[in-house]
Amino acid sequence: MATRYGAMEQPELAAGEERASFGDRFKGFLPRLPLHAVLIAVIIIWSVPTIALLISSFRSPQDIASDGWWNALIPPWDFTWSNYDAVLNQRGMGRAFVNSLLITVPVTILVLLIAAAAAYAIAWMEFPLRNGLFLVMVAMLVVPLQMTLIPVLRLYVNLSIDTEVPIIGGRVFGPNSYLGIWLAHTAYGLPFAIFLLRNFFGSLPRDLFESAYLDGASDLRVFFRIVLPLSMPALASLAIFQFLWTWNDLLVALILLGDPNLAPMTLRINSLVSSFGSSYQLLTAAAFVSMAVPLVIFFALQRYFVQGILAGAVKG
Amino acid sequence: MIGRKWWVPWVWMAPALILLTVYLAYPVLDTVRRSFQDRRSENWVGFDNYEFIIKNPAPLVADTHSALLNNLLWLTLFPLIVVPAGLVLAVLTSRVRYEAVAKSAVFIPMAISFVAAGVIFKFMYEYNPNIGTANALLEQIDREPVAWLQDTRAPQRWITDSGPADAPGPLQINNLALITVGVWMWTGFALVVLSAGLKGISTEILEAARVDGANEFQIFRRIILPILMPTIMVVTTTLIINALKIFDLVWVMTGGRFSTDVVATLFFKQSFVVRDFGVGAALAVVLLLAVVPVMLISLRRFQFQEEIR
Repeated sequence: MATRYGAMEQPELAAGEERASFGDRFKGFLPRLPLHAVLIAVIIIWSVPTIALLISSFRSPQDIASDGWWNALIPPWDFTWSNYDAVLNQRGMGRAFVNSLLITVPVTILVLLIAAAAAYAIAWMEFPLRNGLFLVMVAMLVVPLQMTLIPVLRLYVNLSIDTEVPIIGGRVFGPNSYLGIWLAHTAYGLPFAIFLLRNFFGSLPRDLFESAYLDGASDLRVFFRIVLPLSMPALASLAIFQFLWTWNDLLVALILLGDPNLAPMTLRINSLVSSFGSSYQLLTAAAFVSMAVPLVIFFALQRYFVQGILAGAVKG
Repeated sequence: MIGRKWWVPWVWMAPALILLTVYLAYPVLDTVRRSFQDRRSENWVGFDNYEFIIKNPAPLVADTHSALLNNLLWLTLFPLIVVPAGLVLAVLTSRVRYEAVAKSAVFIPMAISFVAAGVIFKFMYEYNPNIGTANALLEQIDREPVAWLQDTRAPQRWITDSGPADAPGPLQINNLALITVGVWMWTGFALVVLSAGLKGISTEILEAARVDGANEFQIFRRIILPILMPTIMVVTTTLIINALKIFDLVWVMTGGRFSTDVVATLFFKQSFVVRDFGVGAALAVVLLLAVVPVMLISLRRFQFQEEIR
């Protein structure tokens, strides 16, 4: 378009073009106003509950009990750290935070290792009933977890092994032991993990495996040198999911970890809710401490999180 | 690998197989067995526990009918709200430049625990309009505050103060308040999956339709919807399974009180509070039987995916 005019006129024209496009953009904006209104309303509605929690967790108990969190937005601001102080130091929430990590991190590692080994066998080894076995494993996704807890608890009571090592709560295995809850969480995570990894491993190019096997590489070598490095995106998605599920779990801990010294954050907060039902200064701060880790993971690794959701939309 | 010994794959799968057997397969079989035994799992009682669920002889201790109906309400209402909401939002967000922000806002609740969500919404639903946001909004339009989590009245009583005080069946204000929390948590899931499906539709098809004079609504109806149908089915089955198994949310918010029990929470109470293992186990089996058909549909779809792979 500009070529029809002299070079001298170009800057002026460009400016004119910008003005026109701004006008166009404004005209284009008007019919889209309802669209923007709806979307902005949705963003607000979905964010308000979390924002209300966050703001309230920084207000004094008197403020929370006397007027709504929205009033705290009006200056002068009067925010305080005291709720977090109380929750982390006095209510054993600091300990619970550490417990949550002590439960979640080993479970995540165990699930990745055990599921990856099984998925490798199912994807790249020939054996009878291969597909049938895989379907049975995936089908276990739908078993309601509550259903398994009584039989598991009975098994634990019968097989309980006591010890004096303090870190694992005086018990190697059984109810109120970390080994007990690690294995339980790992088992519950396996159906989804095997499903996700088997599909990912199965989609790796066949040539890669054939040439490695021809070169005389062992299964262990192929697994650690080819399969795992190439599957990093799937492993990352899975690790995030497993971490969040275990971190957010209440039910399994409620049944298998009764000891308050071993309890994770979800359990502590749940008992805070029962005993301090309307002490919102404690509840809001405690809830936000428990949300902090998932939120950081979510914002830092959103891409893998979404990939995991898409790959595993079958998970119930 | 050629010449691999027959037992090699079994060694690789052994840890997984052992854990799945001990923690999932054995408990399911054990629960089925206990569902045919008495409350202490000592004597065989035939179908007595299932009869208990159907006849509902002790509604004050364990209202099985209310739990079944509440689950049915979850099963219908929850996917019926979440799937269309996710679909509409997927289409709308794809048309604006702040797509990522809008999607994140809806998606964040997926990452937090039911316990945290429970605290968040107890706070939102607080009766005192100087604390609870929901009742503060009601006050703005001159309505009385509502005890959202306790109120078993029908929703029309809240709107008009007339009509029957009790809704037919489970349609109670508190059930709807709980389902709202579920919607808040799960719409992000539907949105993200459907939005990825939407991105997979070639823009050429859509452009061609626009050139042919189709309006946006026709494009949605005649092109986007049919192409997205398999994805919509994936999302719907996942949500149905979740609605059937719903436990944490109800447990954390009401503990099943005020007639909000679902099958999973009633099972939990029967097993761990009332300590009637027979009825508890029978409830769990009912739940499993309800999930199995949905699972079969998922597996068939999964096999179909295998074929086209």
